[in-house]
Amino acid sequence: MEIFGLSTSALLSQLLLGLVNGSFYAILSLGLAVIFGLLNVINFSHGAMFMLGAIVTWMAGQYFGLNYWVMLLLSPLVVGAIGVVIERLLLRHLYQLDHLYGLLLTFGLTLFIEGILRSIYGSSGLPFSTPEQLTGATDLGFMMLPNYRAWVVFASLSVCFITWYVIEKTKLGSYLRAGTENPKLVQAFGINFPLMMTLTYAFGVGLAAFSGVLAAPIIQISPLMGSNLIIVVFAVVVIGGMGSILGSILTGLGLGLIEGLTKVFYPEASNTVVFAIMAIVLLFRPAGLFGREK
Amino acid sequence: MKQTLIAATATAVLLGTSGLALAQTQPPVKIGFITDMSGLYADIDGDGGLEAIKMAIDDFGGTVLGRKIEVISADHQNKADIAASKAREWVDRDGVTVLFGGTNSGTALATAKVALEKKRIYINNGAGSSALTNEQCSPYTVHYTYDTIAMANGTGKGMIGKGGKTWFFLTADYAFGYALEKDAAAVVVADGGKVLGQVRHPLSASDFSSYLLQAQNSKAQVLGLANAGGDTINTVKAANEFGITKTMKIAGLLVFISDVHSMGLKSAQGLYATEAWYWDQNDETRKFGKRFFGKMKRMPSMVQAGNYSSTMTYLNAVKAAGTDNADKVMEQLRKVKINDMFTKGGYIRKDGTMVHTMYLFEVKTPAESKSPWDYYKLISTIPGEQAFPIASYAQCNLK
Repeated sequence: MEIFGLSTSALLSQLLLGLVNGSFYAILSLGLAVIFGLLNVINFSHGAMFMLGAIVTWMAGQYFGLNYWVMLLLSPLVVGAIGVVIERLLLRHLYQLDHLYGLLLTFGLTLFIEGILRSIYGSSGLPFSTPEQLTGATDLGFMMLPNYRAWVVFASLSVCFITWYVIEKTKLGSYLRAGTENPKLVQAFGINFPLMMTLTYAFGVGLAAFSGVLAAPIIQISPLMGSNLIIVVFAVVVIGGMGSILGSILTGLGLGLIEGLTKVFYPEASNTVVFAIMAIVLLFRPAGLFGREK
Repeated sequence: MKQTLIAATATAVLLGTSGLALAQTQPPVKIGFITDMSGLYADIDGDGGLEAIKMAIDDFGGTVLGRKIEVISADHQNKADIAASKAREWVDRDGVTVLFGGTNSGTALATAKVALEKKRIYINNGAGSSALTNEQCSPYTVHYTYDTIAMANGTGKGMIGKGGKTWFFLTADYAFGYALEKDAAAVVVADGGKVLGQVRHPLSASDFSSYLLQAQNSKAQVLGLANAGGDTINTVKAANEFGITKTMKIAGLLVFISDVHSMGLKSAQGLYATEAWYWDQNDETRKFGKRFFGKMKRMPSMVQAGNYSSTMTYLNAVKAAGTDNADKVMEQLRKVKINDMFTKGGYIRKDGTMVHTMYLFEVKTPAESKSPWDYYKLISTIPGEQAFPIASYAQCNLK
């Protein structure tokens, strides 16, 4: 059977690859959405945190012999700790000001972090191999899917689901949601709101680091790996609606699929299609697909 | 006492300024170097390329025709408009004598146009596109280290020799990718092979699996990678992961030693690389390689070695011509034979191509590599006229 001159199996395999990329978009945009929701900060250093997640994994393997699985847990914690420092020392002072200040600060941080790492490790990157348990590929009938890519989809979706569940269905999540609505009131109820903000930022960048670890065996680890990805992820967040948890996850996956199809039918447009969609969505729904007008 | 002190200071200041004024009457010979300093090609040229130019200036003695030699540099961020406006600003405002260009063909073609308009010599080492000395050749452009035609005649021919007759191209979607694809396809067809298709990806794409699957569906024997730097690295990585390497031979049409270093021999082994220069060829190359390594903590790429050699060649030409006038220096440049650690018997043709010997290397296996940066074994030596055959540059009207 053929659809638009492409066999079903070819189409299916491209959709599956789109889903793999979509998982990265989902988990990255989720982190951005969580941070924006509570802190009202447009975290431009998200790409740098993604990259740090990968580089910390590489360093741990290189200098301390720690393997991928350990780092899958440890790396988000390390980067989360860096997030705590950034929030406490820098971001905290900007909450009263316009969004633009937070954006500029985090963008500056990105340039700073990328620049330092580039001067140490160069721009062409560091080799990192797939963990042994996940090498090889599985024959799905219509394509050979590398086991590692299947793991990426599974791991990202699980983390996305857990995050969504915690925020929407638990008590802790209800504090978070209440804080997003009215921080002053939440504080009046005796909840340590500043601490909550610090931890939320740490959690958001921790998510970015987690996807960085997931990406390490697939994309060459380099100081620039985040900046290539982050602009697309921002478009995803804008399309989904700033601050919407479920929206950012679904939009991430959906755009991964659309981008995957574009790579087959008109590859030259594959890195612009997301922005075209963004423009259209903004025209008709300025708050994004899942966002609420304020 | 106090007055004497003031007088002494005043004299010193006066002497100082007059000394300065004397130096200013002789403006420096200024080299303006534009390359990718921070993006995906930065390891190929970048800071290392600038260092190589500085090393050449030092070795030359720091002055020519009694004038100081200076170098200024800029990062074009792989954007042609930045490269062109920087070049224009340098010539108009900063009095730059000569333009040096690094990686990225889009920026190189744009800078070459400015150089032609401003009558400044433009020497390029990092960009690949053969259009620089073919369709868009200029009397002021020198394409020094390599070009896409040489790559096609090296790696392309090498792969066909190994039995790869049917090709599919994975091409970076800009000037360089097109040129490399076109030049390689010409070699494939001329040698009785067939091109089954191509797919074009945006520059610095992060995921290549989709393109690779399309390539695999073509059932071609060879996957020609008409891309470079980080893009090549990520493609080879994904090709290994998806098992493409079992059914297709990968021909990285432009592989630099920095790419091999960053891929690691486990992924890179068996790849072909066509290079103008490799640090471990003879005593001269090893000496330069080690000196560079001492400064940059990595071995130089052919582009960085080319930066050193072309700076020397240019400065020697200025000295011999007795002026920095672009037309006179170009005339001198076309007269000389280039004999240094970079090449032997190289010469600059009318179209601007520096014709010199190229080498086809194969990347060693991890077992064959004895020390860090010991990456290549020589497959064949390609004489200049075969690597850069004049017939391939027929669209240039400078004869």
